[in-house]
Amino acid sequence: MEKNKVLSISDINVYYGPIHAVKGISFDVYDGEIVSLIGANGAGKSTTLDTVSGLIRSKTGSIEFMGENISSVAPHKIVAKGLVHVPEGRRIFLQLTVEENLEMGAFLRDKKDVEPGKERAFRLFPRLEERRKQIAGTLSGGEQQMLAISRALMSDPKLMMMDEPSMGLAPIIVEQVFEIIEKLRDDGHTILLVEQNAKMALSISDRAYVLETGNITLSGTAKELLESDSVRKAYLGG
Amino acid sequence: MSVLNNLIGGLSLGSVYAIIALGYTMVYGIAKMLNFAHGDVIMIGGYMCFCAMQYLGLPPVVGILIAMVVCTVLGVLIESLAYRPLRGAPSLAVLITAIGVSYYLQNAALLIWSSNPKSFTSVVALEPIQLAAGRLTVTGEAIVTIIAAVVIMTALTIFTSRTKMGKAMRAVSEDRGAAQLMGININRTISMTFAIGAALAAIAGVLYCSAYPTLSPTTGSLPGIKAFTAAVFGGIGSIPGAMLGGILLGIIEIFSNAYISTQLSDAIVFAVLIIVLLIKPTGLLGKKIREKV
Ligand SMILES: Nc1ncnc2c1ncn2[C@@H]1O[C@H](COP(=O)(O)OP(=O)(O)O)[C@@H](O)[C@H]1O
Ligand SMILES: [Mg+2]
Repeated sequence: MEKNKVLSISDINVYYGPIHAVKGISFDVYDGEIVSLIGANGAGKSTTLDTVSGLIRSKTGSIEFMGENISSVAPHKIVAKGLVHVPEGRRIFLQLTVEENLEMGAFLRDKKDVEPGKERAFRLFPRLEERRKQIAGTLSGGEQQMLAISRALMSDPKLMMMDEPSMGLAPIIVEQVFEIIEKLRDDGHTILLVEQNAKMALSISDRAYVLETGNITLSGTAKELLESDSVRKAYLGG
Repeated sequence: MSVLNNLIGGLSLGSVYAIIALGYTMVYGIAKMLNFAHGDVIMIGGYMCFCAMQYLGLPPVVGILIAMVVCTVLGVLIESLAYRPLRGAPSLAVLITAIGVSYYLQNAALLIWSSNPKSFTSVVALEPIQLAAGRLTVTGEAIVTIIAAVVIMTALTIFTSRTKMGKAMRAVSEDRGAAQLMGININRTISMTFAIGAALAAIAGVLYCSAYPTLSPTTGSLPGIKAFTAAVFGGIGSIPGAMLGGILLGIIEIFSNAYISTQLSDAIVFAVLIIVLLIKPTGLLGKKIREKV
């Protein structure tokens, strides 16, 4: 059975002034998948996600979400359509409490949906419930990542984009984060994951794309990429 | 008793500065810009109330409401016409634009109301209260101004900590990009902030003119600059900071006037500011500025 296309990127080119950061890439994400975008630092991964969520604009091509071209829709309206972005470095609101961060994640939802959303977040991450009244800046790195993920879930997204959720976390916490991401997929969420940690990312992904200096150089199922010589050499340490 | 009289005078002037500083600090905190035209919105507020009372014969309360409505609309218009197109532009460009808007408002006022000062009728009808056998006098303006400042600060604190829009403002203040990713409309949030700041400026204008009843196109400049100083003094971006900075500034100004020198009082105010900033660069209650990577 053919699965539904959730996201379809076609020929996007993104510039920062004279810097050509993303060079005409195209890729698709299907319903219920974890798709990874892997690549070294500076490859253009964050730029790609920022373009999809509308923070930066592509000069060309199209970005279709659920069959609708969103390439010129304002960022806050893209969230309303069910596409949420957990940005690099988590970017939680450090001066707001844990609970207020979750409320911001639910900014566009009906008032009646906010409490159930929080309860769901607390079931997923009981640590957050213990700290609900605490200022988010006092959380540990791992807890902040949990909060960033929960905050994004508050909007009840169809597609979640996560930018380097493992960044700066201890290995044991990284494993927990990846378990959560798998669990989210099993709960029916579709996930576009950006990672430098290719091994971890490929271990939970269905498919992946390799990004090198703004170009997609390889793509395939996660299994194919894990077995590919060039990926092993460049990203998996031989 | 003269110390107490001066203290009340300082609290009252300081409360006006605080109300103006609250507007400065909200706009700075959320839009990340110094709206130098804020002082001139005070002046417009003064004229609006003056015209409503003088030419239309309306009661003071209606005059204040008209001033608030006109200033709110003006604040929103200034933001959308002058500042919004510069979103993302270097802060120097925005600053110069703000100074331009300030001159524009002053000259518009000059054109409409001429440079002849108008004598403003106080909106406060309370008689001065005599205490301690007449040695301590508290004017009605002082009472109303101090109460207004406390009420406004409390309301703003509740607004930013309890309401959805208020929390969104704090989120935008901390990280505009992340706030957008939550679905928060940045333009609307900033617009709202300007509306609040301008409405406060209108109230401040009316209270200031009630205490110092000459109104001219440059009336807003000096209190505007001093309130800006107060906001920096208390820690720009902080609501209690603006309140504390405003009050302290008013007290320092009145006491310098009374006990040191009327000519030097402004110099002393700024000297205190410089000393505070040397010791604590973020101001009295300012938060540490996070390094952005
Ligand atoms: N705000 C920016 N201004 C200028 N250049 C940038 C900016 N952000 C990223 N770049 C450049 O764009 C390229 C891609 O960056 P990025 O998308 O952050 O890569 P990645 O997320 O894969 O590490 C890099 O060369 C980077 O230096
Ligand atoms: Mg990146």
